[in-house]
Amino acid sequence: MEVTRRPRFVDTEKCIACGVCAEKCPKKVDDEYNEKISQRKAIYIPYAQAVPQKYAIDRDNCIYFKSGKCRACEKFCPAGAINFEDKPQTMSLHVGAIVLSPGFSTFDPSGIRTWGYGTFKNVITSMELERYLSASGPTDGHLVRPSDKKEVKRIAFIQCVGSRDLNKSQNGYCSSVCCTYAIKQAMIAKDHVKDLEATIFYMDMRTYGKEFERYYERAKDLGIGFQRCRVHSLEPVRDTSDIYFRYIDEKGRQIEARYDMVVLSVGLCTPASALELAYHAGVELNENRFVESSSFDPVGTSRPGVFSCGAFSGPKDIPQTVMEASAAAADATRLLAGARNSLTQKREFPPEIEVCDQPVRIGVFICHCGANIAGVVDVERVARYAQTLPGVAHVARNLFSCSQDTQDSIKNTIKEKGLNRVVVAACTPRTHEPLFRETLKAAGLNPYLFDMANIRNQDSWVHAAEPERATEKAMDLVRMSVAKVGLLSALPAISVPVSQAALVVGAGLSGMVSALALADHGFPVTLVEKSSVVGGQARHLFRTWKGERIEPALQELDARVRSNPLIALHLDSTVASAEGFVGNFKSTILSGKTSTTIDHGVTILATGAQGYVPEGEYLFGTSSRVFTAIEFDKLHMAGDRRMKEAKNYVFIQCVGSRCEERMYCSRVCCTHSVQAALQLKEENPDGEVFILYRDMRTYGQREELYRKAREKGVVFIHYESHLKPRVKSLEPRRLEVEVFDHVLHEPLRIVADIVVLATAVVANAATAELADIYRLPIDSDGFFQEAHAKLRPVDFAADGIFMAGLAHCPKPVDESIAQAKAAAGRAVSVLANSSIDLEPTKATVVSANCDGCAMCLDVCPYNAISLVAAEVAGAKAGLRVEINLARCKGCGLCQATCPKDGVFVAGFSLEQIAAQVDAALAI
Amino acid sequence: MEWKMSEQGKGSVLIAGGGIAGMQAALDAANSGFYVYLLERRPAIGGKMAQLDKTFPTNDCAM
Repeated sequence: MEVTRRPRFVDTEKCIACGVCAEKCPKKVDDEYNEKISQRKAIYIPYAQAVPQKYAIDRDNCIYFKSGKCRACEKFCPAGAINFEDKPQTMSLHVGAIVLSPGFSTFDPSGIRTWGYGTFKNVITSMELERYLSASGPTDGHLVRPSDKKEVKRIAFIQCVGSRDLNKSQNGYCSSVCCTYAIKQAMIAKDHVKDLEATIFYMDMRTYGKEFERYYERAKDLGIGFQRCRVHSLEPVRDTSDIYFRYIDEKGRQIEARYDMVVLSVGLCTPASALELAYHAGVELNENRFVESSSFDPVGTSRPGVFSCGAFSGPKDIPQTVMEASAAAADATRLLAGARNSLTQKREFPPEIEVCDQPVRIGVFICHCGANIAGVVDVERVARYAQTLPGVAHVARNLFSCSQDTQDSIKNTIKEKGLNRVVVAACTPRTHEPLFRETLKAAGLNPYLFDMANIRNQDSWVHAAEPERATEKAMDLVRMSVAKVGLLSALPAISVPVSQAALVVGAGLSGMVSALALADHGFPVTLVEKSSVVGGQARHLFRTWKGERIEPALQELDARVRSNPLIALHLDSTVASAEGFVGNFKSTILSGKTSTTIDHGVTILATGAQGYVPEGEYLFGTSSRVFTAIEFDKLHMAGDRRMKEAKNYVFIQCVGSRCEERMYCSRVCCTHSVQAALQLKEENPDGEVFILYRDMRTYGQREELYRKAREKGVVFIHYESHLKPRVKSLEPRRLEVEVFDHVLHEPLRIVADIVVLATAVVANAATAELADIYRLPIDSDGFFQEAHAKLRPVDFAADGIFMAGLAHCPKPVDESIAQAKAAAGRAVSVLANSSIDLEPTKATVVSANCDGCAMCLDVCPYNAISLVAAEVAGAKAGLRVEINLARCKGCGLCQATCPKDGVFVAGFSLEQIAAQVDAALAI
Repeated sequence: MEWKMSEQGKGSVLIAGGGIAGMQAALDAANSGFYVYLLERRPAIGGKMAQLDKTFPTNDCAM
């Protein structure tokens, strides 16, 4: 394929990102990173933390390219990096597969007169607000309005701008993310302006994701207003820059509202550049201009070998995007497994310099983190102070220590100044310690001759109101790190072999998809299922939201799993116990009375969930005409007499979801009820179908089903959680459902033949059992807790263990499959290596002090310590403890327990800790 | 099955778009032993997520 590299006009090898070029460049350009609220220069770095940290010339705006004169950047660049002769380069690449991830653009509301965007200055888009709220944005995070820079006191959010709207936009679909992002923006805005009055005007509040419903409740508690209505148009208030509009509230009253600023919650669209990409890649798009894919192949496209992920295949949030990205990587490389490692190279580090016998020379690097630290802490004073500390040979300050150019400069400084210990005073070791350790390695230093002083998360962020004392604390923290780092010694790398096989627990849809993906990648899989059949909850489902039948797909998966020589399927089996760690798990599988122990490098938990049983609610269990959605599907498909004879159907949504006991949305029920209603209307157009709902959550392109259902005459009636519908038995074969109608403002009685309860998805017992066996966290709703809500939605915090499907949170078939493929992909990135490097901060025995008292054995939570007979010079010398380095996590409980100083954690010896404590108390 | 020279480029993947999706796909493919060509239209990777201030529902910094 042909790829064109557009000219950058800056040699990235030479550019040192000093910024002189941008300073001298006379041409100001609207800055797209700040949504054109501020300006940048024609030579620029898109944003402070950009990768790579290298300038580029914006050809369309550069004066030289327009008029042939200027070249100021070239004249002043100290590195000689400017190259006006740079030309487009066309490369011919041969690749095994392609992944398309061009992303989205936000809907442009200009030109729609009713919104006044572009005309009324204080009507802005949500993306613009995002920049106003950002500390690195055009107003340094101050919420001021564009017209007069006055602090905003009243702000309104208008939802569904460019979404769910075929009149003002062409976009009938829901953009999936705007409801929750508006809540986030209202919350953050309220954080910036304490007495802010913020109201969100919405049609349906679609907080359907994991933990989103609680977030919505939290926003209500914070005093953020929610108004269900469709705002028609905005008007300016005469002689002011305020915005005025009228709306009808839920009681039917006409309200006049006036706001300082109105935010249009704009939807997600496919940008023109992505349409072009689809064309060149030969990939078909649907009528919404998103990639068309099957629910069973959610990252596939119409062209084999080409995959897509993220918003290109429909509007979605970050976790779903990240899952799809891992799934796309897994699927793209699946057919190429034989060529693994054929074109890659391992990163080489220079040989480690032996420095421990040299006098200590400490380098201290203090980070501004933009204004995150420097806005509170007087970093110059901290730097001057660091210079006076014993052992410190060099001190430097950096705007962003994590940026690529600063990494390079730290590396060079270590070499030039002959530093042999490094302290970085910056954000937090939790996220950035590994990065700085790599920098030390690149400079030829052992990566453990390093300490990080946490002057952002534990200082500037928490003491923002007290800059003077925050500065003193930063000095204390730096002094402590310097005291400790001088005593650190090099720790040798520890590597363990990887058992290149996988265990997948749960042979539902997700488990089978994961197992097949792993097998295709060439790794043997043990697939454990506690019931006697495969398929899990999917066996009860009829169709996906796109209308594909689920049963044939399950049968195909079943056949493929059973015939795959790399997959060992164990039915009627459970995991009885497990031990080990990434690369080296040992799990015992119980099948009836036989138990087998297997070695595996990774574990995928896909143990599913179950349906809520609404015992005693809405006459469930009492009436033979009240069913859960799954029961209804089965009877309906089987042609049950009650279903055939029925004329009036009532669906009740949120049964067991979004309530105090289960403060989450079950995500699948709205779409299911709408789909079932459409089917019923198709079978019997004269029948009446009612859906009683709280918010219709047919998110994304599922909105199309909702639109169709309204067209076909399905009646949607909204109810509030405090005014739940009531079901009464009328006569043996009929039911009466009473619901408070918000349009009529009075109770409405519906005579129904059948009532269908859209019941919640709830966690099952296996989730908690496995969490216990593998020592994993579960969330407050009983589902598995992922390592990071946004960036690691498939991983557990413990390495080498992954989750997929309903065990993580309620989700439909296509999203379960995406996550299952993602879990397999993440697992492959472990199994692809024959060994793994472990953290060397492990418990270390001081043989001379240990007398084998074994107190540490009792406290070790990882069973990493054992007692062994020691020998000194060939003679028996009593008992000593021994550490299993792979099991040890370096938690230090043994060290705290030992009465003889017989064991310590490398890098945290008593001497090193004491030095830090002494330094803390020194002033 | 042995990989043959005729199957040039089979050990590599091209990823078009360097936002959060493209970056994650690139990291996973590379960590699984494949050479990755990551394409981005702009002078820096990061995409739309780099423009976000915080992320829901944890209000974590997007950067």
